[in-house]
Amino acid sequence: MYEGAVQDLIDELGRLPGVGPKSAQRIAFFILGSEATDISRLAAALHRVRDEVRFCTICGNVAEAQLCKICRDPRRALDVICVVEEPKDVVAIERTREFRGRYHILGGAISPIDGIGPEDLRIRELMARLADGEITELILATDPNFEGEATATYLARCVASMGMTVTRLASGLPVGGDLEYADEVTLGRAFEGRRRVTA
Amino acid sequence: MHLRQLVLHDFRSWVTADLALQPGPAVFVGPNGQGKTNLVEAVGYLATLGSHRVATDAPLVRQGAGQAIVRARFARDDRELLVECEISPVKANRVRVNRAPLPRPRELLGLVRTVLFAPEDLALVRGDPSERRRFLDELLVTRAPRYAGVRQDYDRVLKQRNALLKTARHARGDALRTLDIWDAHVARVGGELLAGRLALVAALAPYVSAAYAAIAGTGSAAEEAAGITYESSALRPDPYPIQGAPDSNLSTQGRPESVAELTEAIAEALLRVRGDELDRGITLVGPHRDELRLRLGGSAAKGYASHGESWSFALALKLGAYDLLRADGVEPILILDDVFAELDTRRRAHLSTIAAAAEQTLITAAVSEDVPASLSGMRFQVADGEVHPIG
Repeated sequence: MYEGAVQDLIDELGRLPGVGPKSAQRIAFFILGSEATDISRLAAALHRVRDEVRFCTICGNVAEAQLCKICRDPRRALDVICVVEEPKDVVAIERTREFRGRYHILGGAISPIDGIGPEDLRIRELMARLADGEITELILATDPNFEGEATATYLARCVASMGMTVTRLASGLPVGGDLEYADEVTLGRAFEGRRRVTA
Repeated sequence: MHLRQLVLHDFRSWVTADLALQPGPAVFVGPNGQGKTNLVEAVGYLATLGSHRVATDAPLVRQGAGQAIVRARFARDDRELLVECEISPVKANRVRVNRAPLPRPRELLGLVRTVLFAPEDLALVRGDPSERRRFLDELLVTRAPRYAGVRQDYDRVLKQRNALLKTARHARGDALRTLDIWDAHVARVGGELLAGRLALVAALAPYVSAAYAAIAGTGSAAEEAAGITYESSALRPDPYPIQGAPDSNLSTQGRPESVAELTEAIAEALLRVRGDELDRGITLVGPHRDELRLRLGGSAAKGYASHGESWSFALALKLGAYDLLRADGVEPILILDDVFAELDTRRRAHLSTIAAAAEQTLITAAVSEDVPASLSGMRFQVADGEVHPIG
């Protein structure tokens, strides 16, 4: 145990995800040894995150205005929505530069253990977006685990009568990998989702 | 396969141990509390990534030590297999095979094959159904390691579904709509596990019956024959039959076998018991509620079998597993932990015949006289935290 302020800082850092007591101690002493301006910048960033970040009123992504960067972008297609669990999933998909539609962030996945049901996710907002009939495809890009699958199935059932195409991201072999290193579940899925090769 | 070398650091009572072994019987003798069982427990751990004595890893690490290390050199099909396992009560365990780290420890399962028989195994006959399910699943995973993943998945979806059932009582709107989705998950993963267990019991049953007949020396008298059958909670006849409806007894004939059929059967069973499930807040059908029935002659072994018969049955289950694994092509290491003292002369003689013929048998006993003299092989004295070859 350290005295006063140092221990307070270690305790606060230790509450962050992925930071254990030892990492917290290391970060705390790094901060202690930093220039005063560096510390001010970090403190200011923390304050700004709290005061200035909003959530996009359309898709629920983090934004600095009423709408996020993607929903403001006129070049993005208006007829395709990709549903993801978290804002960090948007960043991952954006890196591919393959998807030109817009997103909808649910804010998690259905998980009874954590007390998260459909009503705790931004599903009502999604239904409102789909109501005007302009959406032709809904891409379900929730995580490929039980919770993500359950959420995707639930959504698919909710929109079944709306007439749009509903798709789910494929699961299978990682590109550039070796077949022999794939685990049996992934390999099994890859078999299920095999495609015809056109000559 | 057989064990060539076993090295322990901070495992259980052992600060350090290092012993070299050869094929054939190896007997560890020493007073109680000296760590004989700990030696063979370490070998069993490499086969199952679990202990036959405790449910968690924490007690396996010597008190005051940060982690335990088990290093073992096996010979399997004339090839050397070096397995190193770092057991930690707080961090994730790490496993290396032939110096290469495994991404997940569970990928070790199936490589090291052992069959361990210990006094605790009496619970296979007299204990709760969960003991017998654990026995089946362990053997299932040894034969087909992918079932380790299936089991883990099943536990996960079951937890989710039970959590939902508990909250669904004070139903918040859509709770029941998502229950359908979890039903489908439980049915699919459960169907896979159930198919694996049914196939395993079908393969194992004749070996267990034969082993029991050999141990008990009853010849083939039907009234004393031992048998095992798998009883699935999902395939059970309808617990709430409609009056006058034709009997839909699935357990006698036309029994579903494929994963698809079993998935469907579990899904139907879940729908049948849903009212009850909502009342009680737990999942009532599925592989987690199934039972491996042990029969002796016409009656259930549990409750009817004498003490001696219960021992014989427990031994028959383990020797049946041993024979089944042998028939699969890899001869497992036979581990007999402190059991000779519990058996009468007849059973002792039978077990020693099998132990003597095995590629390798590891035996622990408090006193040397408990081990039949016919088991001539390596003998070790275990005392004061050290193990020494004798003779």
